Amino acid sequence: MLAAFISVLTTTLIVISLIEETISFFGEVGIGDYLFGTEWAPLFEPASFGVLPLVLGTLVVSAVAMLVAVPLGLAAAIYLAEYARPAVRKIIKPTLEVLAGVPTIVFGYFALTFFTPEILRAILGSDVAIFNGLSAGIIIGFLIVPTVASISEDSMTAVPQSLREGSFGLGASKLQTTMRVVFPAALSGIVASVVLGFSRAVGETMVVVIAAGLSPQWGVNVLQPMETMTAFIASTAKGDIATGTIAYKTIFAVGTTLFVITLIMNLISIRFVRKYRQVYE
Amino acid sequence: MSAHAQPVGTPSAKNRAKDRGFVIGLLLCVGVSILLLGVLLVDIVADGAGNLTWNFITSFSSINADQSGIQAAFWGTIWLMGVCALFIVPVGVATAVYLEEYADETRWYNRFIELNIQNLAAVPSIVYGILGLAFLVRGPLSLGPVILAGGLTLGLLVLPVVIVASREAIRAVPPSIREGSMALGATQWQTIWRQVLPASIPGIATGVILALARAIGETAPLIVIGAATFIAFNPEGLDSAFTAMPIQIFDWITRPSNDVNDYRPLAAAGILLLMIMLLVMNSVAIWLRNRYEQKW
Repeated sequence: MLAAFISVLTTTLIVISLIEETISFFGEVGIGDYLFGTEWAPLFEPASFGVLPLVLGTLVVSAVAMLVAVPLGLAAAIYLAEYARPAVRKIIKPTLEVLAGVPTIVFGYFALTFFTPEILRAILGSDVAIFNGLSAGIIIGFLIVPTVASISEDSMTAVPQSLREGSFGLGASKLQTTMRVVFPAALSGIVASVVLGFSRAVGETMVVVIAAGLSPQWGVNVLQPMETMTAFIASTAKGDIATGTIAYKTIFAVGTTLFVITLIMNLISIRFVRKYRQVYE
Repeated sequence: MSAHAQPVGTPSAKNRAKDRGFVIGLLLCVGVSILLLGVLLVDIVADGAGNLTWNFITSFSSINADQSGIQAAFWGTIWLMGVCALFIVPVGVATAVYLEEYADETRWYNRFIELNIQNLAAVPSIVYGILGLAFLVRGPLSLGPVILAGGLTLGLLVLPVVIVASREAIRAVPPSIREGSMALGATQWQTIWRQVLPASIPGIATGVILALARAIGETAPLIVIGAATFIAFNPEGLDSAFTAMPIQIFDWITRPSNDVNDYRPLAAAGILLLMIMLLVMNSVAIWLRNRYEQKW
């Protein structure tokens, strides 16, 4: 069954394609300059290749996203797993999943043309730049709510009923049972969902390309334009650059950085999911 | 549904009040997410509905906003989905059959394949674009930014979706069917081909449609492989240059607008058309699942 190996082949090809050009990138730019430099201007003269502003931009936008996605996603998960009647659940669950099915370019359009001008500027005033990290981060947060909610809900549903009954039998209220028994028992699945959500936020491209702007920022001012790793790759590749140029190679170097970060998070998340499955199934 | 045990004792009034507050808080959070979805949909319809005309669907892209349309991108997307489907159906189903019917889970390489598929499902889509650029568009295959390269890149991206759905469909076929078939003297391959696969077709079809629904809105990988933004012809074959709906929409969003030519309403109309196509695909998937769901 050769087909199964296509998935392995895909991974191998991803790794090879990234590594090959990345190595040749580091033939021209020092690894230290890349990893620890704080100025990112690869396409200017004189060029400088410090990736930290892109990494910082990515982390700041993702952190904003998590501030939205974790409370909303966990609340949805707790509600669906512990409180909702089956009839209500049948409506709310698919509705939330629609959020995950909307193409991200649509969220990008919404962030730029509605959320920034109509909501953020109405609340925070005109200090908010048209392109800013806050709007992109909040909108990304909403689009990963279903990711956080569905895995967390699964893990809470997997907590055996006997634990809840034991807690009730000791006189605990529903809230106490949910927060002190079910939530800790489901913790590994909840952690997995949050890590996976973060990984998705880091890898999200279209919302940041459209709404966050394309100016690398060595700072954390979310009201100003920021550039993320994904946004750099997309905006640079769009210009149809020639193979072998330094600009072409930077796409791969940044791609490798992105791939490594998300790979580590995905593996952590998969490990946590396995843990809760082993305990209760 | 597990969680409907209720407290046995009578919690104190204070605890009951806390309980009620908590539920209200939860509902507020769920409400905020749904509200955002609602506002988004209303905003898109308000911006785009006026421009979603027959003219828009049958015109090519143009500098003049009021004559511009989405025809080339629409057909580009249809071609991409065709290539993508032709790739993911055989490869996805074969992988699922192998993992469910043949693979010995205790072998390290089978566990490695599983881990690998789980991880691939969470690799950022833009990384697939880099893969497509390095291997399909340039490098070993050097296809150029054509339909075939775009369709295959999207296919690799959504392959895990098809594999997972097909595996579930195959697993849902009870062992008694397989045992009955084997007892009548069928080989394992005959059992799979004539019993297991036909029984799991609805589940597989649902998975394929959902995978295509994911692929149709993907923008980032197509940008990276270099899909053109300004094309005034429909694709004619696998080696044809192309644009696609999300690419066209992205182009309209980012193109500087002025008083004469405002491209934003075009973007909204394109998004609306894309969302309608998604709605149709998802409805078909749900219908398939409900219509052919078998209880063994």
